[in-house]
Amino acid sequence: MLSRTANDLFWMGRYVERAENTARMLDVTWRMSLLPSGDRAAGDWGAALQIGGGEDVFAERYVSANARNIIQYMVLDGDNPSSIYSVFRLARENARATRGTTTTELWQSLNDTWLEVQALDYDKIAKRGFSRFFDWVKERSHLFRGVSTGTMLRDDAYFFQRLGTFLERADNTARLLDVKYHILLPAGEPVGGAIDYYQWGALLRSVSAFSAYKRRFHDAIWPQRVAELLILHGDMPRSLHSCYRELDGLFAALRELYRRDFECFRLAGKNYSRLRYGRAESIFQRGLHEYLADFLDRNADLGAQISSDFMLGN
Amino acid sequence: MHIVVEHETAYSYGAPARSTIQYLRLTPRQHANQSVRSWQVTGPGKFTEFTDGFGNIVHVLSLTTPHEQIVLRVRGEVYTTDTHGVLPPENDRCSPLVYAMPTRLTRAEGDLAEFAAGIRTPLAKERLTGLHDLMVALHKQVAYRLGVTDVESTASDAFRKGEGVCQDQAHIFLAVCRAAGIPARYVSGYMWTDSGGRDYDANHAWAEAWVPALGWVSFDVANGISTTASYVRVAQGRDYLDAAPVRGVRRGGGDEAMRVSVRVTDGQQ
Amino acid sequence: MRTPVHPPAVPAFDEMRDAGGLVRPAYDRLADWLTKTPKSVFRRKRQEAELLFRRLGITFAVYSDDAGVERLIPFDIVPRVLTAAEWARLEAGLIQRVRALNAFIHDIYHGQQILKAGVIPEEFVLCNAQFRPEMLGIVPPGGVWAHVAGIDVVRVDEGDFYVLEDNLRSPSGVSYMIENRSVMMRLFPELFSQNRIAPVDHYPNELLSMLRSVAPPHAGNPTVVVVTPGMYNSAYFEHAFLADEMGVELVEGQDLFVTDGFVFMRTPQGPRRVDVIYRRIDDDYLDPLAFNSQSVLGVPGLLSVYAQGNVALANAIGTGVADDKSIYPYVPDMVRFYLGEEAILKNVQTWQCREPDSLRYVLDHLDELVVKEVHGSGGYGMLIGPRASTAERAEFAARLRATPDRYIAQPTLALSTCPTFVQQGIAPRHVDLRPYVLTGRTTRVVPGGLTRVALEEGSLVVNSSQGGGTKDTWVLQE
Repeated sequence: MLSRTANDLFWMGRYVERAENTARMLDVTWRMSLLPSGDRAAGDWGAALQIGGGEDVFAERYVSANARNIIQYMVLDGDNPSSIYSVFRLARENARATRGTTTTELWQSLNDTWLEVQALDYDKIAKRGFSRFFDWVKERSHLFRGVSTGTMLRDDAYFFQRLGTFLERADNTARLLDVKYHILLPAGEPVGGAIDYYQWGALLRSVSAFSAYKRRFHDAIWPQRVAELLILHGDMPRSLHSCYRELDGLFAALRELYRRDFECFRLAGKNYSRLRYGRAESIFQRGLHEYLADFLDRNADLGAQISSDFMLGN
Repeated sequence: MHIVVEHETAYSYGAPARSTIQYLRLTPRQHANQSVRSWQVTGPGKFTEFTDGFGNIVHVLSLTTPHEQIVLRVRGEVYTTDTHGVLPPENDRCSPLVYAMPTRLTRAEGDLAEFAAGIRTPLAKERLTGLHDLMVALHKQVAYRLGVTDVESTASDAFRKGEGVCQDQAHIFLAVCRAAGIPARYVSGYMWTDSGGRDYDANHAWAEAWVPALGWVSFDVANGISTTASYVRVAQGRDYLDAAPVRGVRRGGGDEAMRVSVRVTDGQQ
Repeated sequence: MRTPVHPPAVPAFDEMRDAGGLVRPAYDRLADWLTKTPKSVFRRKRQEAELLFRRLGITFAVYSDDAGVERLIPFDIVPRVLTAAEWARLEAGLIQRVRALNAFIHDIYHGQQILKAGVIPEEFVLCNAQFRPEMLGIVPPGGVWAHVAGIDVVRVDEGDFYVLEDNLRSPSGVSYMIENRSVMMRLFPELFSQNRIAPVDHYPNELLSMLRSVAPPHAGNPTVVVVTPGMYNSAYFEHAFLADEMGVELVEGQDLFVTDGFVFMRTPQGPRRVDVIYRRIDDDYLDPLAFNSQSVLGVPGLLSVYAQGNVALANAIGTGVADDKSIYPYVPDMVRFYLGEEAILKNVQTWQCREPDSLRYVLDHLDELVVKEVHGSGGYGMLIGPRASTAERAEFAARLRATPDRYIAQPTLALSTCPTFVQQGIAPRHVDLRPYVLTGRTTRVVPGGLTRVALEEGSLVVNSSQGGGTKDTWVLQE
């Protein structure tokens, strides 16, 4: 396989995962904005931008951070490289460039996704219903993973694509938690009241963890437990721990296939053991924000190391 | 004449370059008017070598680990004789006709095309005299000046500006010859001047034109003379791009700064 | 690509029926099938074929815009048939011609004996824009230059094949030859059991064997790659198809690099040496350190590895000079000069307008001739005398007088016709043929080639961009 192909596959996985996470985050923001919370709703649209990154670019091009503008920017804006439109386009480009190493089914699913996205505009989405649209994006991502898992040979092509998926997911979960936790938990205030319940509930729902929380804790929603669930619980599929368990397995498979070690294996192992053996108390002692900021850096370093080990060449 | 050349080229990069590859045409060959006593080209990494289609010795420098600078050093000694600028047809790989066609850099266009048309008749009548007159005319008309042209400038550009470096002057000469159907080639090399061993910041370049009865006759437009024993011939080609001392590409590295120092001295002194 | 636009001065040769309307032996079985099969069946089969192409054909359909719309070249479901004897003669002629062309290319970059002997004027070769002085003295591994040649041939009568053009750079279209056959076998399996038809789908295997056979000597088990300009190139799907069929990597210039005298490919496991490059990019873009310095498609340093004999390029650099229209008239002379034989395949008579006598003749006979630009392709800058208006001819005559060097002229040929399924049913349409000739240690041709057909009645334009289609080409076995 070529380094360029590995790179394309890795980014294909990342882009599709990014589309899904953007949809999840916008969906929860949309739902929250329907609650009678007044000023907080406005704050949430800002938070959506903050999580997705690119606030500066947004500010240059749009006047106010209202729902319409933010949806326009994060879903449809072809000039925003992280918009759902752009990442589906890029994922399709990656698929097209790697058709020799993937499967026809995978190409077709990404090509169909792109053809549909291309035909969208704001009014069409509004008419269809925002939540329905975001569900559709999630479904396209589920389909992508399903088709990959169901049709691709278990060789390095598959591994690189999956590495992209879980590296991106870890990044997105950490960002979501970092920003939301900060907004929802003004210094020292206890959680209480219906609004807070819905807010935290929505955050859990955005990562499909609402019922998991209930089943796991049999208790009311406590912010620290939400964080614990999304960071440390290995059985929760969008948690950081879970992402790194997947990454660890993929690196083990690559090690076996290539019969040698790479620096990124070591970095991933280090990150994984911190999640695997980490304790909630020490995270909160240190400060959740500091912990997550540090995690995001380490995760980004791993991405850079994967790229330099396998994809850049010299 | 016993000529000693010391030539250093140093490239430094704003950020580490990931890889570099260069073709180095820095090694002279034996000719009727020069014999190479010793010659060494050094630089980082291991060189490979081949002889190109024009007969030049080419070293290939390739670096595949990050680097912030490249220093190339040339040191050599050559014995030269004065042949009044004439190089008899040697073991060229091909007939002079290969050098008869204009290249992208030596196509006479606009003002230069007009100039070339005007000089076609005298060139056809008595080629050698015509060529000398052409050299003298260009020497007057195109002033030597640094910084107005770059390595990718065409002969027609430089002619319109009326200024350029020896590379441009040679290109203009070639363009006029080729427009008149006369095979002519680009030569890069070194020149000794009685300057007390002062350093120069560039290699030299001139032209050679084909005169059937004699062979290749050299014309150094920059100095308005044919070459003498003060010249060391290094590489030849259709234009600068074929004979460039260094032609390379790199990945990464950001901005490049280049420093060249050339010292040509008389080995007898 | 070639554009044989020659309106017939005489009735065209019908490959299926003789002048008396009797079916020729080659079409014996097929004629029967054509008569017995109802039009509705053909119509249905044609639709099926199109569906198959859309599905399979993804491998070579052209993406004409960002939305991924695929354009298919029309496929005619009536095969073209050549007998074993006809093919044997054509094959011998092709092999002879390509051997001579290879000898010629080697010669002009080495001793230039043919120029010294005065067989071809020196300046035709040395002052040709396609001549690459960079290749002087360089010996490609195996001594082969035109590894893959696409020779465009036409028939005008029962006996002879005429060569219209030699394509020695990177001839395309072979994927159609293979896919056309594959679709025909699915649609009409019974035809293949009734007729003994030489297979073509081993072409990629032959190509791979040939490429491996010209690897540099040091390469024990050579690594072969296909180099493409990228997925926006119109022939990208053929590049991907061939790489896939051969089971080798499809790479772009950026995937390769040169160090220590060898070419390497960047892989996740580190650099891997590449020994043979089947390149589908032009000479000019191969090495920015030797050719077009602006090129980003190529591999910097490639020429140095090539000159050191450490990588094979197929085709070699500098083959274009031999397929130039100004060199074409001399191919029969090359056959004589290098092989001491008479050319089996005929050349179309060609007038070089740069020669005053020829120019005079061409100007006097403009209404009968086809005039082409020497360096033109794709039918641009061309005059079809018999079809042109008086004004057009006058305008072209002025151009010829101004720059005669740029033109050649040929008589109008009546391309042969083959039965073709069109709106009205089965009807004769004009065709040409491009067989693919492979040269490694030996020169071989996969029996058949790409037949292109002008689908419009009376039209001689077989170009796909102008309403041309393709057909499966059968070579019957004894």
